[in-house]
Parts: sequence; C-alpha cells; structure tokens
Amino acid sequence: MAEPSYPADLLYHPEHDWARIEGDTATFGITWYAQDALGEVVFFDPPEVGITVSKDESYTEVESVKAVSDVFAPLSGEIVEVNAALSDNPETINEDPYGQGWLVKVRLSNPSETDSLMDAETYEGTLS
Amino acid sequence: MIGAADDQLTIYERSKPGRRAFVAPPLDVPERPLDELLPPNLRRAEPPRLPEVAEPEIVRHFNRLSKRNFDLDTGFYPLGSCTMKHNPKLHERVAALPGHAKLHPLQDPRRAQGALELMWRLQESLGEIAGLPHVSLQPSAGSHGELAGVLLTRAFHEDHGENRTKVLTPDTAHGTNPATVTMAGYDVVHIGTDEHGNVDLDDLRAKANDDVACLMLTNPSTLGLFEPGIEEIAEIVHGVGATLYYDGANLNAIMGICRPGDMGFDIVHFNLHKSFTQPHGGGGPGAGPIAVSDRIEPYLPRPQVVRRDTDGNGGSAPYYDLDYDRPKSIGRLRGFQGNYGVFVRSYAYIRSLGASGLREVSEVAVLNANYLLARLRREGVLDLLPAAYERLCMHEFVLSGAPMKRELHIKTLDLAKRLLDFGVHPPTVYFPLIVDEALLIEPTETETKETLDRFAEIVAEILREAREDPDVALSAPYTTPVRRLDEAAAARHPVLRAPL
Amino acid sequence: MTRYTSATDDDRRAMLAEIGVESIEELFADIPDSLRLGRPLALDEGLSEQEVFEELRALAARNVSTEDEVSFLGAGMYDHYIPALVDSIILRSEFLTPYTPYQPEISQGGLAAMFEYQTAISELTGLPISNASVYEGPSAVAAAGYVAKLARGRERFVVSRGVHPHSREVLRTLARGWRMEVVEAPLKGGVTELPELDQGVSAVIVQQPNFLGAVEDLSALSGLAKHAGALTICSCDPLSLALLRSPGECGVDIAVGEGQPLGNRLDYGGPSFGLFAATEELMRRMPGRIAGETRDLDGKRGFVLTLQTREQHIRRERATSNICTAQALNALAGVIYLSWLGRRGIVELAELMVQRTAYAREALQAVDGVSLLHEQPVVREFALALEAPVDQVIARCREQGVNPGYALARDYPELGDGLLVAITEQRTRADIDRLVKALGSAVAAERTGSEVRA
Repeated sequence: MAEPSYPADLLYHPEHDWARIEGDTATFGITWYAQDALGEVVFFDPPEVGITVSKDESYTEVESVKAVSDVFAPLSGEIVEVNAALSDNPETINEDPYGQGWLVKVRLSNPSETDSLMDAETYEGTLS
Repeated sequence: MIGAADDQLTIYERSKPGRRAFVAPPLDVPERPLDELLPPNLRRAEPPRLPEVAEPEIVRHFNRLSKRNFDLDTGFYPLGSCTMKHNPKLHERVAALPGHAKLHPLQDPRRAQGALELMWRLQESLGEIAGLPHVSLQPSAGSHGELAGVLLTRAFHEDHGENRTKVLTPDTAHGTNPATVTMAGYDVVHIGTDEHGNVDLDDLRAKANDDVACLMLTNPSTLGLFEPGIEEIAEIVHGVGATLYYDGANLNAIMGICRPGDMGFDIVHFNLHKSFTQPHGGGGPGAGPIAVSDRIEPYLPRPQVVRRDTDGNGGSAPYYDLDYDRPKSIGRLRGFQGNYGVFVRSYAYIRSLGASGLREVSEVAVLNANYLLARLRREGVLDLLPAAYERLCMHEFVLSGAPMKRELHIKTLDLAKRLLDFGVHPPTVYFPLIVDEALLIEPTETETKETLDRFAEIVAEILREAREDPDVALSAPYTTPVRRLDEAAAARHPVLRAPL
Repeated sequence: MTRYTSATDDDRRAMLAEIGVESIEELFADIPDSLRLGRPLALDEGLSEQEVFEELRALAARNVSTEDEVSFLGAGMYDHYIPALVDSIILRSEFLTPYTPYQPEISQGGLAAMFEYQTAISELTGLPISNASVYEGPSAVAAAGYVAKLARGRERFVVSRGVHPHSREVLRTLARGWRMEVVEAPLKGGVTELPELDQGVSAVIVQQPNFLGAVEDLSALSGLAKHAGALTICSCDPLSLALLRSPGECGVDIAVGEGQPLGNRLDYGGPSFGLFAATEELMRRMPGRIAGETRDLDGKRGFVLTLQTREQHIRRERATSNICTAQALNALAGVIYLSWLGRRGIVELAELMVQRTAYAREALQAVDGVSLLHEQPVVREFALALEAPVDQVIARCREQGVNPGYALARDYPELGDGLLVAITEQRTRADIDRLVKALGSAVAAERTGSEVRA
C-alpha cells in the first residue's frame, strides 16, 4: 500500500498495532506506519490458536529483509483464529495491512481495555 | 545475450559426466573387495553429485567469478568499523613457508618451537599494545573473542560465589555484542547515548547494580568518538563489582597513544583481520585474541601458550609449551590452538612496523579520517549529510543522510549504490542504529590524500546529480555485473543450493 | 612514514590546514592526559621486509612439518595433497582482499562461490540446507547444540565419547552458559552405546567416523534419538562421506564437521572452516552466513546473503549465533578442491585411502606387541593398542624419521597405550612399510628395555 492510511473504524496502540472490534472478539494487525518501517515482509509464522495474549505484550514477530519486529497485543484475550495464508504470502501485510493482512483474531478477556487505545486521528498525530 | 548468460553459469552447469581434474595415484597395495572393508549397508548407493570439470574450466570459472568482485587491492574501501587497510604481500609468502603451513597441530611441542615461540611473542606484543599482560590467541574471530570475554566474566563471578544475570551494552554497539551476550546466557540491558555521542553516564549509573556482570564497550565508540569519561565509567562499573570489556574493533585509532588496560578495562579482544592486516577473504578467516588483567587470568581458555625456563629434559634455553594445567580455565573454545596462519601474518606485521610504526598507524588513521571529514565539508556534502556529532572524530565518522532524504529524495542506500558506479566501495550503511540514515566512513591509514580528495569529489558529484535528477541514484548501479537484487524474494522463497 | 602509509610532510601540512588544527596531537585532544601512554610501546622498532622474512623463515626452520618426516598424525586434521590451482585462485586479490559481501552487486564472485560451496556440502551430507561455513569443526558441534537447544528447549545433551575430545570440551564450555547438562555415552567395541533416552534430551551428538576411526551405525543412533524426540547431530569427516551413507539419509538432523581436509593447509591447526548443514525445518535457525539465488531488476540471475534476520547485525540479541567474520576464503578453497576432485575423483580418492588403510591396519596388527583397539570398519584412520609405553614408542619412531600417529592416553586413559594412525593419499605403500618396520622395532626395543639413543 503506497500511501499512508489509518481507517477511522479501527483502534490503535502506540506500538503501531490496530484492533477491529467485532462484538466480543477483535482482529489485530500492524499499521501502515509499521509495515512501511519494516520494509518488505518476508516471513510471518503465526502463533498457535488457543494461546493467551496480554495487552502491551509481544505475542509474535514479523520479519522483513532487514529487520525483525515484535508485534504487540493491543488488548488481552485468547487467540481463536490465525491468518495462515500469510505463511505463503507474507507480503500481504505490506499490500493490505488492514484487510487481507490481518494477523490474528482474539476473544477479548477484558473489553474495557479499549478505553486506553487511540482513535485514528490521535494515532496519526503521534506519528512525525 | 550469450556472453552474459555464460558468465552466470554455476560450476555445476559447466559440468559434464566423465570430465575430471583429479587423477588418483595408482593403487600400490593389494586390492581387497570394498564390501569386505565397508559393508554395503554403511555405504551410499550413489556418489555425491559434485561437479565434473577438467582443470582449465575450473580455473576459468573461478577467475571469471573473481572479476565480478570489487576488492581492496583494486580500490578504496572505506567500510566503517571494518578497518580495510592494505594487506601486505609479504604476509602470504611467510605464511606459505612449509615450516608454518605444513605443521600438524598435534605435533610434539618440542618439534614446534618455532610456532610456539611465534605465538608467545605475538601474545607479548598484543599484551603491550592493550596494556593487559595475559593473552589467549584461541578465539577464531572478533565475535568469538567477545564470547570468550563474557564467559570469562561468568567464570570470575561464579568463582566469587556470585550469580549475576545482566550485561550492559550501549545502544550504539555492534550487533555481535548483544548476540554474544545471549549466547553466553545473560540478559542484555541497553545504555543510552548522550547528545555528544558519548555513553549517558546518568543512564549508566541508574542501571549499574550488583546484578550486572559486565559492561561491554568500544572506545572509540562505533560513532568514531573517544569516551572522555572512560575513567569514570570504569569507576562506576568496578564499583558494583562488574567487569569492563573492550571491543577492540576500533583499536586502529589508539595504538601507541593510549591503552585499554590503562583505561580500566579487564578484558580486551583484538580483531587480527582489522588492525593487524589479516586479509578479509570475502568474509574470513580472522582471529579474535583476548588480553586480560591479573584477576581474570586464571580463567583463560585452555591450553595457553607459555614460556618455560627449561624443557625439563636438561636443556637450558627457554622452552615454549602448551599449558593444559589450568584448573579454573573456562575450557576450550575451539579445536587445537587457534588460527595460526593468521598469527603468522599479524606477527610479521607487528615486526615490520615496530613501536613507532604502530603509533604512526593510529596517527595517520585519525589524520585521514579528520581530513576526509573536512574535505567533505568543503565540498558542501555535510550540508546534506551532516556529521552526526559536531566534533573531531577519531579513525572513523558517521554522517546522517536524513536531510539528503528530505531534500533530494534519495536515501543513504541510493547514495551507496551510485558510489558503486564510480569504482569505490560504499561506506557502511545504516549502522550505528541510533543515527538516522547512517553512513559510517573509515578511510584507514593506508590511503593517500589524493584518494580521499577523489572520494569527496565523487560524493559531491552524486549529490549534484541527484539535485538535477534523483532517479539516477534511485536506479543505480548501472555498471556493475548485476544491478539491484531482489532480496525480499531471496528471503521469502530461499533457494540455497543448485537444484541438480 | 612506514612502507604502508603515504602521508608525506607536505601532505600532513595540507591536511592539518584543511582540518584547521596545528598538529596531529590536537586530533587526540579528547584523550585525557592521565590516559596517555606517554612513552613508546615496549616493542622493537620495525624491520625491513627482508629482515622480517628472515625472522619468519628462521622460526619456520624450528618446526618439524610434514615435509620433514613421514607423518601418520590425524585426529581431526589430515595431511592431504592440495592441488596447485587452489592457491592460484584463492590468492587472487579479488578473492583474498574484499570484505563480507554486504553490497551484493559488486560481490557476485564471492556469493556465487558460496552458493556452489553450499550445494557441494548439501550433496556430501545429504541435507538440503547448508550455510556458507562456520569457524571449524569443534565449535561447529557446539553451534549445532545451540540450535538444538533453541529448537527443542530441553535441558540435556547426550554426546558420544567417540566425538573428538576438543568438540566435547567446547560443548561443555558453552553448555554451562546455556544451563544445559552434558552427559557422555560410552564406546563399546569401538562404537557408541547410547543409554536409555528420556524426554529431557535436546540432542544426541555423534561423530562419523568416530575419533577412533570406527564407522558408526548412524541410522540406528538417529532412530533412538527420534524416538525420544531429540535431534541428532553428527560431526563428519567430509572425505569419508564420499563412500559412507550420508548423514541425511541416516536420519541425522544437523551435520557438522571439520573442513580442513578439503583443500586447506594444516597451518598448525587453523584457519580452516566448519561445515554446517541441516534439515529444512531448521533453516531459519541456522547460524552463519547463507547465500541465496535471486534476480536483479533486469531479470539477471544473481546471489545475495539471505535469511539475514537470523544474524547478529539484524536480530542482535535474538540472533541464532554471533558470527560476523567466518571462514569464506577457506570455504572457497573447499569448493575449489571438491570441484577438482569431482564426482568420480572423490570416490577414487576415498577408495584409495580405504585400501591403504586396510593394508596398514593388517600389517600393523601382525606386529608383535601391537593389536587393534577395535575391529569396526574404518575409512582412513584406526586405533591400535600397544604393549609398550606409547610415548616412548613414538619417540623411537621419530628417530627413524616416522611420526607414527597420535597417542590416545591423554584423551582416553581407559584405553591404555593407544595409538591413532591416519592414512592419507600422500602416504604410499613404501611409507606404510616404513611405519610398520619402525613401529615394530620401537615396540620391541621398549619391551626388551634397550636404551633410547640420544
């Protein structure tokens, strides 16, 4: 994706991760800023379904040619689905970070944590 | 194009069944059935699919490959942190002497006195240069020397009944430092850098405690700057009972002028393939000897090269030996005694230069770096690629390509690729990490003033070109055997061998 | 001015003026007076090239090399014939003097050679993924152990006593930092006898042929390891792999080994290179540099360093190893040598060694006071038991200009007066006959207690 984009319907975490809330589950991914800083993604090994993730903690990694980056959970919960297609086509994370490039879906354990996340405008404001 | 394609064939693609370069000497013993000697169930069914080519094709193939390499003997190679100085040609001649080259490592020490004396004298010389008397030549490379240093630190603390878990490194450290720390079983803690490019002493004071085993430091730092507060750093670190480790990658700046041992370091490693002219070989071999203080000496790897007054057989001349009797040693880090072939070359270098020559190396290395910085300033280069820190540098300096990126829309990477078209090797790029769009430049002392002038002119030319048309640099290089390569594809779908 | 620097007085004046200082001394202003050495280094002054050459020649003359005696010393490094074309290629400036290929566009020669080397090692070991070299054999074993620890996460290694003593020592040195336990499996009848393995083992480590020259049953050993969920690591002699079933075929997960026999000098123990190959599963945990094939923007084939995120310069504290400089030139010598031997040649070379080894073994076994330490199949090295003190026997043989091999007593005290004898293609039948004679008379002299001649 060539131009910066921060969809208004998502919530954002300072470590450049987004969350899309769908009832009591949420989808996570990394933002345009993150994929741009990483460069071309070459490898993504999804975490296992069933593991617990905690808000603000790293739950997996994304690898580009020149960097490895921790991916931080914006919210806490249990992983119920992972994007297995990324194993074969990790570059989808660059091309469509908010759509086909989603990383995991999580059943939220503490939905009120969303209060501490930023909206698109606030997040974009933190980027220089 | 037939010419281009042929140039790119692998040796396997040049093979044809039946071609051969090797002819075995004739069998001069009675032949026994192979099945009797090596039962079939232990043997492979098919020979390994190695190339099948005669000598002329092998020579031609590798000669052609060699011409697709840029090299130090041909051109300027200002790779920061790598100290690409001239490799004296004498060294290959002495390393090839059969007495050195054809000596088996398990030869009886009594029959390897030349080798052991050479190693001992090299140890003494390195110890004098470092200001730390006890030297082990065993580690195979700089990062191996670092590993030794951290393991020595562990042994020291354990011997004193302590179980510390952390090692401090500055955020400007070379990547081998934190990698080594993890391999040795410690946790890495980063120390910040202040606005002058020096270790942030407040951050160090805050993080130094009795759970810290060691601080790993390079001085001058990877920014090419001397730490004026090094004595205070040593005090802080020793004050909490930790060891102070010196990464010798930047020794080229200070030989004969000051010594890490005198600065308070406990352990120093040398890169013989940097300051001591071992040819880089496209990525090795090297060697990473270490020098340590008295309190660390008991833990040195086994065996140590020592000099005894007598060989115990009635002889009165000094006798050089391998000492295995080291009860507190960390043990072995590799087979045999170390990269002896590298020691021969480094020893020849030290004997060639001597005390004044080594000092001159550092003086001219620092002179050349400061001159190049000044020339770049005169050419206006620093307006777009400012020095990361406004001060005199030592043997190398860092520029930031951030303004160039903003104004000319080309990055440090593009500048580097365009340099390839001008017949120079680019400086180190994107290191150290704390400088945005970093360009780390180390000319070394073996370059002439004219070469430095030319480099400054070339960089200025590339910037002028970019102002007119950034696309030139963005698609560079143009004149190299291949142009920009798809590294993402190589990492996503790795092809790591010929398919056969 | 030394012979390697060019800064004349005129140059210095001009350069200092450009910088804006009066003297070179001012450039060192950041160094506090308290830290200045303040005296010359306590080293001799520099010598002319001629004098340096003379000194190095004199030191060489005090070493007894394989040109000065008929040597049967092996035990990890071997006196093979290195063809002239190896030196003529690796001493070329373009291979000898560049750095690691960080700018691939101008490093295609070195990268292509790495790719060809990786292919050859993959073929020899029967494993799909080889790196571009590690330092040498024993540290390669430890590096493989580190990979196994990361991959399996269990607290123990089981290492055979048949693995080279130096490899076992290096493993122990590093395992301490990893909080891993190292347990030794004994040899029985010359080959490894694995103990019962539980679920606490990350890797089983063996050597092929083992240190006593015996060919191990790798398939059986790896089967036992797999059953316990452990990886199998095998340190191999690369030339023996010309004939032996490949480690990959035998179920080994990581094959390492000492590369010196492939086109590299003895050099009193280094530099050489370590080979390192593994299964696809372990690809992203491999240490060291790896070259990969790709295309440039014009579609031309090219090679790059790849999977660099494993390495220290990117992954830093999460790197799978800390290797920066490795052994590129030595690995290049290796692939040139393997190309020179070729598919047929390596088999012929190995078969020649097997035949001569068999001849030597049989003849020596027939000597009074000499017997075989084990009866296992061997390739190019075997172990003898002497009925006389081995050090004295060796001393007597040396008087005859023969170095009969490596005394096993220090590393294997339980084997008594053991001697490890290595045969290469450079040891002719005449050499072997000479060894038999020398060893025979040495053992006899020791047993009858006659004087050692001074």
